[in-house]
Amino acid sequence: MMAKETLVEVENLKKHFPITRGIIIQRTVGAVQAVDGISFNIFRGETLGLVGESGCGKTTAGRTILALYPVTEGTVKIDGMDVHNARKSDLLAIRCKAQMIFQDPFASLNPRWTVSAIVSEPLRVHKLYSNHQERSDAVKELLELVGLSPRLINRFPHEFSGGQRQRIGVARAVATEPCFLVCDEPISALDVSIQAQVVNLLEDLQDRLNLTYLFIAHDLSMVRHICDRVAVMYLGKIVELGSKDEIYEKPLHPYTVALLSAVPIPDPATSRKRKRIILEGDIPSPANPPAGCHFHTRCPRVFEPCDKEEPEWKDVGSGHYVACHLF
Amino acid sequence: MMDALLDIQDLKVCFHIPEGVVHAVNGISYKLNESETLAVVGESGCGKSVSMLSILGLIPLPPGEILDGKALYRGSNLLAMSEEQLEEIRGKEIAMVFQDPMTSLNPVLTIRRQVTEAFRTHIPMSQEQAETRAIELLDLVGIPDVPQRLREYPHQFSGGMRQRAMIAMALSCGPKLLIADEPTTALDVTIQAQIVELVMRMRDQMGMAVIWITHDLGVVAELADRVIVMYAGFMVEEADVHSLYQDPRHPYTIALLSALPRADRRRDRRLKSIPGAPPSLLVEPRGCPFARRCELVLERCWAENPPLDLCSPNHKIACWVDVKTGKPR
Repeated sequence: MMAKETLVEVENLKKHFPITRGIIIQRTVGAVQAVDGISFNIFRGETLGLVGESGCGKTTAGRTILALYPVTEGTVKIDGMDVHNARKSDLLAIRCKAQMIFQDPFASLNPRWTVSAIVSEPLRVHKLYSNHQERSDAVKELLELVGLSPRLINRFPHEFSGGQRQRIGVARAVATEPCFLVCDEPISALDVSIQAQVVNLLEDLQDRLNLTYLFIAHDLSMVRHICDRVAVMYLGKIVELGSKDEIYEKPLHPYTVALLSAVPIPDPATSRKRKRIILEGDIPSPANPPAGCHFHTRCPRVFEPCDKEEPEWKDVGSGHYVACHLF
Repeated sequence: MMDALLDIQDLKVCFHIPEGVVHAVNGISYKLNESETLAVVGESGCGKSVSMLSILGLIPLPPGEILDGKALYRGSNLLAMSEEQLEEIRGKEIAMVFQDPMTSLNPVLTIRRQVTEAFRTHIPMSQEQAETRAIELLDLVGIPDVPQRLREYPHQFSGGMRQRAMIAMALSCGPKLLIADEPTTALDVTIQAQIVELVMRMRDQMGMAVIWITHDLGVVAELADRVIVMYAGFMVEEADVHSLYQDPRHPYTIALLSALPRADRRRDRRLKSIPGAPPSLLVEPRGCPFARRCELVLERCWAENPPLDLCSPNHKIACWVDVKTGKPR
């Protein structure tokens, strides 16, 4: 394999949303620390999975990486360009290279626009084709690329099923020939038989167009299938990162261990023999996260330093990192 | 032979909407024994929820219409009962837990009010008795500091806690049958594991039967004794849980299982996807509903809907094809 080239660099990224009180004079009384200092690299051509439970900040992280939210602290570089300090023209160039696929194929397509208008919008914004005819040909090609018939170009989103809509979303995302895609739960709104279609499409496109994915998901089985490396998030922080087989076979962080033991396995012979770790309680509020290690309130292996000191981000070898006092 | 707790015979349900008739449930029949756990699996729109709601009189008529069938609960037909008779059974003998714990709790009433209402409708008791019972129940389902939390409103509960409160309400009258309609779909995996464990523990303690409606074949593997697979309003396969996973016989079940990735294994192949999408329920069903997406489709599949019959002991499929050979059965 060739030396790995870093495409996306995320350095100590923080995104806090202010909590305000008062109607006319708004005072900031606190902050939801949705993403609280995460760092990782994504190599060109790979798929990095970002997993965690709802409210852990994975969607916010994805959106902040693409500058859909202004950043609170930290830097994001995509192909060498600083996303949050770019001039407007540079930001447009970055957006051309980095696109997003959204979770809900029903909410992310304008119901009053035809497929043609939806898929050609990025082409118009980035002025990629000079005339209408060329754009229209490009749209037809894109639809074919994602497995939809070019004849459907003048239909509206409501005429499509969930899986087909997600294909339209994918066509729109790859229209500008990006190199980096943030896929925010692209399959979680779809039925099982349709999920596999969309996942296979994403894999085919990755091969054909040499794409790099940040795959945000809570379905840990699908993440193992599609990703090369996996980062596990809990309450705004990444607690563990490593190659997928390392993470799934030798998880270190007690949260990762518990999360994996809770994943249902579609095979009664295996799943009934398995020892499950059932975590007590719920995720604490990100507006008021626990001191020290954020996980210590639910951790089955909590010990002395956990509620006081924040664990360091440690390299445990072969690209496997963990933030836990046990290691 | 022991009498079944619930015996559904040829249930057919449709909905009349401006666009036409939605054929939601197209003749399903099965039996559920006392203290058995049955999972009903299928994708959205396959009729798994509607079939349960309709036997409890919980679908609006119209637009809904029960075209045919019987639902015998301990020998008496739920579909022929008056609303008063049904109220005696619903909540007391047969309880239900719904998918979304936020919308099935009333946001303006306290948890105490809602939990006590559940059993005061069926068992006359004083305010204090009711309160004591509510505390016991919420304690049983693992809600911390119950006396304090009883005064709170649903929005102050997390998703997992709300679902626990719903389960407490459902169990309050000691039902013989608990129908759980996708109770963990809106929850995270670690919370899902808590709820699955809770329902299984309650089932074993109280000796009740459970019907668990879900689209998640992973959860089914964990808790079911027997499984029914539904597709487009039809039952396509029925088997005990081990046979279904080790030896699935309907092409749809086989395709579903091979479309699922596994978290406990290294990747060994691309996912096998099922082409196309489920059929529109607005079209009158003709032939096998899965024919259009089936790899093994035969001439006969287009014209005649296969009946659900035995392919081996305790294992039924609705298919004309023997999946092992690809030839007619």
